[in-house]
Amino acid sequence: MIIIGEKISVIAKKVREAMNSRDPKPIQELADAQWKAGAHFIDVNTGPAEEKGEELMTWMVQSIQEKVHAPLCLDTTNPQALEAGLKAHNNRWGKPLINSTSNDPERFIMLELAAKYQAQIIALTVGKGGLPADAEERCGIAAEIMARAAEFGVQLEDIYLDPLILQVCTTQDQAMHSIRAIKMFQELNDPPMKTVVGLSNISNGVPKNMRSLIDRVYLTLLIYEGLTAAIMNPLDKELMDAMKTTEVFMGKTLYAHSYLEM
Amino acid sequence: MAYVVPKESCSGKVLSVDFGKGEKAVTIGGENALPFLSFEGEIPNRPVIAYEIQDTRPDDWPDTVKNMYKDVSGDTVAWAKHCQDNLKATAVALRLISTHPDRENRSAQDAAKTIKDVLAAINIPLIILGSNNIEKDSTVLVAAAEAASGHNCIIGKAQEGNYKTIVAAALAHNHKLIAMSELDINLAKQLNILITQMGFEKEKLITDPMCSALGYGLEYTYSVMERIRLAGLLQNDATMQPPILGDVGMYVWKIKEVSAPDSEVPDWGALEERGITWEAVTATAMMIAGTNLLIMRHPKAIETVEKTIAELI
Repeated sequence: MIIIGEKISVIAKKVREAMNSRDPKPIQELADAQWKAGAHFIDVNTGPAEEKGEELMTWMVQSIQEKVHAPLCLDTTNPQALEAGLKAHNNRWGKPLINSTSNDPERFIMLELAAKYQAQIIALTVGKGGLPADAEERCGIAAEIMARAAEFGVQLEDIYLDPLILQVCTTQDQAMHSIRAIKMFQELNDPPMKTVVGLSNISNGVPKNMRSLIDRVYLTLLIYEGLTAAIMNPLDKELMDAMKTTEVFMGKTLYAHSYLEM
Repeated sequence: MAYVVPKESCSGKVLSVDFGKGEKAVTIGGENALPFLSFEGEIPNRPVIAYEIQDTRPDDWPDTVKNMYKDVSGDTVAWAKHCQDNLKATAVALRLISTHPDRENRSAQDAAKTIKDVLAAINIPLIILGSNNIEKDSTVLVAAAEAASGHNCIIGKAQEGNYKTIVAAALAHNHKLIAMSELDINLAKQLNILITQMGFEKEKLITDPMCSALGYGLEYTYSVMERIRLAGLLQNDATMQPPILGDVGMYVWKIKEVSAPDSEVPDWGALEERGITWEAVTATAMMIAGTNLLIMRHPKAIETVEKTIAELI
């Protein structure tokens, strides 16, 4: 499974402070730790980044790739900042991933950028009209985004469909709707569409000491339905161990006594 | 509409491993396609066959193969030179069988001297094999690795019970290493992990999942080798990407089918041809399963397999 390391986020105080003071060290260390723990992409969440967004994203991309030879997942709602990140991104280690577009016309610009820079892109299956009710509605939105992507010239193989994970503590029934959506998304195309989730959304709002457990059990169910990628915390060893074990059960990894160490 | 051959592309690649030195050095592995499916990827190196020789007269070999070496097999150096000069061998695999406690139980020092003498006489790459006694190999192969220092040999076999000392010796003297497990793909992976966790680079490893002769479990070996290849190529499992060894000769030339005289089994065909064919067929099956390096005994069987390789590659 493809792991997108989630730790570099404007929401984290340490990261936000480093961003504001343009101190690359804490950010580079966090990127490096996630990479060494098995992340394939490093998510770079600068939030809306309205002020100096372009300069900030450029600095983030360059600082991280100076130390970590991995592609980045550029996570901002500011299209100018995102484009600056795509320009700065070193594609030698893989195509960048845009996080994200959706069925909201305001986010179609992200598809345009994906086509322009030959980037991959996460497509959240939400529209302007609020949250999707169930898996069927998510599939309907996915199909609309896929059609839109074709208009912009984005290949279907470059799209990761995201069912939008909602927190279990307030919207319990959505947990299964999203899992079913992961299965159904794949049937929208042959070869199957790629899928992604923002995993830790599931445990938002639950007591802190339960989050890791909830994340890893949910991830196991998602992997079982064929999940391609997850934005998650690769530094959570128990989560990583659950993922590796599920992949062993599914025959995606060959068992050896030391498989957890690999 | 014209028929288009379906192609499968692999995300992984078999590691390429070189051994020997100078002009005669050879490289095995390096492919990113299943065996001989060169239309699906790159197969930069052909499988290599090494002639097996021993450090003592091969009294236990059946006549068919023993007779081929009767003039040279009393002298290990002469035997090695015969393979290089007359049989045009690409590589030689010297099995230090006399060190086995149940054979002559010769010392590690004796083995080291044999290695030095052989290396002084040949310039083709050398594979150094112990007697497959876990305990004895851990002293013999350490001495052999030291004696061959600087020659970029392949030494083996490191097994679960003795790998630590053998890995350390291969590391210290810069040799390639055979990691052997007994027909169990999960243990093969585990041994590779343990060896690399000692700081030994996976780029210097060769996997021996244990061979077997046609009619004596060949299908088990075949299946393990094939699954190793699929894990390495299709799942991109880095621990399963070293080249594979097929130690064919020793498994073929001990079975009934290569030694039962014509008078006893008149329906089985002429003894000599039977033995040669048995070794060639076993080796070919191993190669189709993914073997990159074969160790064989009979010159005619080797010639047959070389011809097959030339036709398939």
